[in-house]
Amino acid sequence: MRLVTTGRAIRITRPIVGRVTTTPLADRTNAVLLASVANCSPGDLAGYAAIMTKDDADKQTTVLNAVSAPAMHSIRDVDHIRDRDVVALSPTGHVRTVYRPDSDHNTLFITERCNSNCLMCSQPPKDHDDTEHFLAINRAVVDLMDLDTKALGITGGEPTLLREGLCELLSLLRDRLPATHLHLLTNGRLFAWPEFASRFAQIRHPDLVLGIPLYSDTAVGHDYVVQAKNAFDQTVMGLHQLARWGVQVEIRVVLHRLTISRLVHLAEYIYRNFPFVVHIALMGLEPTGYTIHHREKLWIDPFDYQASLEETVEFLNVRGLNVSIYNLQRCVLPRSLWPFARQSISDWKNIYFDECALCVERANCAGFFQSAERLHSSHIQALE
Amino acid sequence: MTRQFYTIDAYGGHAQLYRLLPFRFTRIDSEELIVNEAGEFLFVPNGTVEALIRHRFPPNTPLYQTLKAKQFLFDGESSPNLDLLATKYRTKKSFLDGFTRLHIMVLTLRCEHSCLYCQVSRQTADRAAYDMSRETVLRSLALAMRSPSTHITLEFQGGEPLLAFDLLQFVVGNAKDLAARNGKILSLVVATNLAPATDEMLRYLRDENIMVSTSLDGPAFIHNANRPRIGNDSYELTIRNIKRARDYVGTENVSALMTTTQLSLKHPREIVDEFILQGFRSIFLRSISPYGFATKTARRTGYEPGDFLGFYRTALDYIISLNKEGTYLVENYAKILLTKILTPYPTGYVDLQSPAGAGISVRVYNYDGDVYASDEGRMLAETGDRTFRLGNVHRDTHTSLIESPAFQYLIAGSCNESLPGCADCAFQAYCGADPVFHHSTQGDAIGHRPTSAFCQKNMGIITLLFRKLRSADRDLNRVFFSWIQDHAHSCIPVQAQCD
Repeated sequence: MRLVTTGRAIRITRPIVGRVTTTPLADRTNAVLLASVANCSPGDLAGYAAIMTKDDADKQTTVLNAVSAPAMHSIRDVDHIRDRDVVALSPTGHVRTVYRPDSDHNTLFITERCNSNCLMCSQPPKDHDDTEHFLAINRAVVDLMDLDTKALGITGGEPTLLREGLCELLSLLRDRLPATHLHLLTNGRLFAWPEFASRFAQIRHPDLVLGIPLYSDTAVGHDYVVQAKNAFDQTVMGLHQLARWGVQVEIRVVLHRLTISRLVHLAEYIYRNFPFVVHIALMGLEPTGYTIHHREKLWIDPFDYQASLEETVEFLNVRGLNVSIYNLQRCVLPRSLWPFARQSISDWKNIYFDECALCVERANCAGFFQSAERLHSSHIQALE
Repeated sequence: MTRQFYTIDAYGGHAQLYRLLPFRFTRIDSEELIVNEAGEFLFVPNGTVEALIRHRFPPNTPLYQTLKAKQFLFDGESSPNLDLLATKYRTKKSFLDGFTRLHIMVLTLRCEHSCLYCQVSRQTADRAAYDMSRETVLRSLALAMRSPSTHITLEFQGGEPLLAFDLLQFVVGNAKDLAARNGKILSLVVATNLAPATDEMLRYLRDENIMVSTSLDGPAFIHNANRPRIGNDSYELTIRNIKRARDYVGTENVSALMTTTQLSLKHPREIVDEFILQGFRSIFLRSISPYGFATKTARRTGYEPGDFLGFYRTALDYIISLNKEGTYLVENYAKILLTKILTPYPTGYVDLQSPAGAGISVRVYNYDGDVYASDEGRMLAETGDRTFRLGNVHRDTHTSLIESPAFQYLIAGSCNESLPGCADCAFQAYCGADPVFHHSTQGDAIGHRPTSAFCQKNMGIITLLFRKLRSADRDLNRVFFSWIQDHAHSCIPVQAQCD
């Protein structure tokens, strides 16, 4: 499934966020009409935040040129866009689906900037200041989200780089959507500064978990993976600052050649030093972004690290820590680990292979990232 | 700006000078056991300790990384690990938060049992002589409320406190009023043999949320021999009354203590089987205290630490094998030690901690108004040695009890960190100090470790547990953690359940 398409922008000078409708509405505030405009009158199109259409406004003399509403025309693909989706239209012609009412995998994208540069980053960072751009979009998205939204992810880049901007956004979510569970992905480094940790904790969001990665029980091992000197020290201190303020924390470990070698030690380090974590996610590698570039360093067939994984899960589980395995397939995991394996891949990038159709475990299996088509375990098979 | 990637050398891992953090060590079988300040341990090959302290340990080895991650040493790259160690040390000592949490009130010395090992009870009908007066009750409660802890446990002892049931009701009513007024969370426990328990009493215990701690020494032939009573029917009464008590207050609120006598030593399995038969989920294999009447009957009840260790090992192995087969039964002493060894948490067990629980975590208000540092301290007084009498509720204040010479004497022997023989013991972080025991058996609060029964028993049991941990038996590990998980996070004093 795609979440991005492109078109050609008319009169779009800054990002426009609105809720899609394919049928005419009386209240057109914040609504984006998606329609064929060939037979529309100017009145049909008036009052909407924007108009979206597959029609080519340049080739045809359409009504689009007769109204003042911003418009995106010649959109390449609209099949994935549903009524009531929230979309962001940018002056560059990008049409991003930023919220889908029926999905549990909605995410606010905060920034492309990052203070780490992880070897296996699936969304490599960019070094330009996009703070205001994304903040404006996200404020508008939050205003349009359904009040009964169950869960929302917040990701980047590194969201804490926004500092006060992030705190403002979380406060907005707290006030408008207090029942929505928030999951914020952050490297946790900035929380090492007590002033920021304290400011962040003052938000007092009722249902917020921070997902923070830790890749080794040693500074050198972690810093190398995240390609940032002192990152381990900062994350470790950040975890303690967050615990001090009672902020809920999950630790996330991406499983690859560099993290597997000390995985059991890492589990013990977590238990001894951060026993307060609410969840530990052990996550199969997403073979996209930088990972492809570092394939030689990182890739190990998941089948070949199952003994380590089993020992680690046993270690954490008997100690009462809440542990899950993400992104790994049942045919790769020993049966003892099945109870810990989750269907963790976001719906829009979750695929199954042809042979999975025959597998009796397909309905319980995490399946694959779309990007796994080019890199996956050589032990994939239909289970009988 | 394009982003670059760097090799691992850019992030450290160079050979460099390391510095040692405090740790202690011993040799167990063919390996060295090292334990850091927060109780984290590691089995390492023989020779590791010497290489470490001579600064000859090779960096860039996996073991070096582990030693660093577990805070046995630090180098230029591990500064936050010092803060982590401090936090863990503070957590391990957090049983000290709030100072005295367990307040034991001896409501009466009267009892209708005459147990061989009992230190204090009297068979008499004279209420006036051996019951606590109401004025003493009120003074005791006022002192208990002065404790900084927001969580206060009141444990009623005797004698047999149910023989003074109207007094118990008076205490409970007043304690609840005072707790509410002082913002304290109150837990109540009655230590009783249950023999005098009427339905009315059990209903009252249920309505007032009072937990029951009773005694069961094993099957009838052991229990009745240890706990004589007119009619020689203590076992039958106890079993019947445990069932009644469970019906009223709930199974989870009735616990039973066992005390090991010379007779018990020969029957570890029978005792364990009895606890399972009676539906208990835990047993506490307790050695006898060398106090009070127990010393007088030592020839009939007493034994050497080695004898107890043999008994303990057999019973523990049996309990473990039962657990592996699916019968859940916790051995509480092992659970306490394993929690100290395997988790970052402290335990609420007041009889094995440093500083010692006596006077700090626990205080005893005797029927006559005298205040003792611990139950053992008041039992010792019954034999004529009032060393651990801190004062009297009618004459002293919270401050003067703590400033008393008795308290100062006690404190001098309370920290195993500074006791000869303990200061460099590998098991220091898991063990405790017992100044009352050492005073009563060796003549001073500090004591002499090589001849100390306290030391021999704990060294023996801790070594036994480490041998088991070293075996890396997955099923055993699961059994141990199933025990620990019950209460790993609890820091409520549990002498009531496990003394």
